[in-house]
Amino acid sequence: MFGLDKKDFRLLLLVAVLVALAPFILNPFPEGSGMAQFNAGYPDLMQRFVIFGIFAIGFNILFGLTGYLSFGHAAFLGVGSYAAIWMMKLLTMNVIPAIIVSVIVAGIFSLAVGWISLRRSGIYFSILTLAFAQMSYSLAYSVLTPITGGETGLQPKVNDPRILDGTLANGATPKANLFGLEMGSSFNLDVGAWVFTFNVGYYLAGIVMLLAFYLSIRIFRSPFGMMLRAVKSNQQRLNYTGLNAKPYTLAAFVISGMYAGLAGGLMVAMDTQVGAERMFWTASGEVVLMSILGGVGTLIGPVLGAGAIKYMENILSKINSDILHTWFAFLPDGLEDFVVTLIYPFIGKGWHLTLGLIFMLVVIFLPGGLVEGGQRVARLFGRKKKSTDTPDGKTTPAE
Amino acid sequence: MGILEVKNVGKRFGGLQALGDVNLSVAENTVHAIIGPNGAGKSTLLNCLVGKLIPDTGSVMFDGQSVLGRKPFEINQMGISRVFQTPEIFGDLSVMENMMIPCFAKRDGAFTANAYAAMMRDKEIIERAEHVLEDMNMADKRHMNAASMSRGDKRRLEIGMCLSQEPRLLLLDEPTAGMARADTNNTIDLLKQIKEERDITISIIEHDMHVVFSLAERITVLAQGTPLVEDTPDNIKGHPKVREAYLGEAAAA
Repeated sequence: MFGLDKKDFRLLLLVAVLVALAPFILNPFPEGSGMAQFNAGYPDLMQRFVIFGIFAIGFNILFGLTGYLSFGHAAFLGVGSYAAIWMMKLLTMNVIPAIIVSVIVAGIFSLAVGWISLRRSGIYFSILTLAFAQMSYSLAYSVLTPITGGETGLQPKVNDPRILDGTLANGATPKANLFGLEMGSSFNLDVGAWVFTFNVGYYLAGIVMLLAFYLSIRIFRSPFGMMLRAVKSNQQRLNYTGLNAKPYTLAAFVISGMYAGLAGGLMVAMDTQVGAERMFWTASGEVVLMSILGGVGTLIGPVLGAGAIKYMENILSKINSDILHTWFAFLPDGLEDFVVTLIYPFIGKGWHLTLGLIFMLVVIFLPGGLVEGGQRVARLFGRKKKSTDTPDGKTTPAE
Repeated sequence: MGILEVKNVGKRFGGLQALGDVNLSVAENTVHAIIGPNGAGKSTLLNCLVGKLIPDTGSVMFDGQSVLGRKPFEINQMGISRVFQTPEIFGDLSVMENMMIPCFAKRDGAFTANAYAAMMRDKEIIERAEHVLEDMNMADKRHMNAASMSRGDKRRLEIGMCLSQEPRLLLLDEPTAGMARADTNNTIDLLKQIKEERDITISIIEHDMHVVFSLAERITVLAQGTPLVEDTPDNIKGHPKVREAYLGEAAAA
């Protein structure tokens, strides 16, 4: 189906079902219960899951296939965001032109950065991309203020030209929409104690992510994708086999830059504002963590990694000491305080500590990331049929 | 006029004159061996032929065209394939994928933006790759990870990958270095078979005289960056200059 073999099609179908049913799956706990804070089924977070999923899928095409570790991909995300917001300021609040232009602009920018950075490989390549990203960040903050809004960032204003839209009444706020359907509008479904939210923006982003995911499967299974894996495996042999590695790596770099731009454009479509901090190096590092946590070079891994990190960032960081105290209230007072003091550094603002620990554990014990973890669990339950076609989970970019 | 014409090639690394003034002509459809003691410049010469090094002086013509200044992938596309001293294969990929890559390179050229095509549905490429794998007696290993194979099988795969491109000139850099006797003999048989079955010129650099005298139709002896003699294997065997070059090395060591 769709030019995919059975296994890949099943994976695509699974992801499609998960995306469609996410408002249910991510909201397993009834509203108002003590566990409700672990619910992730609210629009803002669900949008982030799929948008960072796109970002990580694209990053994985470069890092997972060619092995070139870019430390500057947040720059493309940022450039895409700025392009999208300018479309909203100048053209229309409809998200379609914003998203298309964000992809194109990020693609052009990544072509320039890739052209220069890919003259080197390994650590030098990483440092070059990092330098470019930090340069973009600094420029956005300082000399490019007329374009980027500097520290205050950019938002669509009432009196922006917006040549395709009618003029807004004074005091109205311009809202991102898809042919009149507002991104922010949601439909709440009450079932008993549960509340499920279906958000227009989330479903738009979800559909775009499915397209992006489908495209990445096609790339993985194409001769082009095999050449990229060959670049990672042995560039010497590739050169002496009559293949020019440079255009392959550059194409992979531009494709992943366009994915990042798409993610940036969607971020603006969901939440119409941009700031330069989006391009900061920690944002570039985050997508590296997502790929490695989920499973480098696997199809679904980066999406899982993006989900895991965004879940921790938004859920773990909301737990505070009061909540801990109510959890451990059943313990004797002294012991309760002790346990809370013990756990406290790992939650709230300390969620990075938890992330770091999990990351270390995954890298040491599951080098193939969460995907490898899943494969091991599956094997534990006696599904050993894969032993013939995937002799080594690490090297086969399946699932 | 040979298929490969090397004229007055010289290469200097700092104070070391690696190649002095090398003239070499490899006739089409022959097996031409280049032998010589360590440091004679054999590998330097080979690297000059495939674009890894650019000689300081002289010219290298392949089939009437200069290879100088061209990149390795361009020279390969002209019809020169190279087998390395340690087998260079795509270790992370399966044997079948290893074989498909040169088939794509042969058909589609140095770069093709076929990111939307389905690789495993390309019947032409798959048939071609399977055909070569069968030729190499490796069809049963097609799903194996290339890195997990034995040294001899890796060499066999590498030669197969080169042959799948139907090169006009196959360059072998010590193809049996570090191999067990049995693997060495297998490789010799394989190369003999290749020579019998196709129109191909083979140029081989080798230390192992057993390999050289089993295969070569013509031998060039290189010593200190210059060719000493070029002759048939029978004449080379008893040649005093050759003995001197090799014995001189043995005495020094």
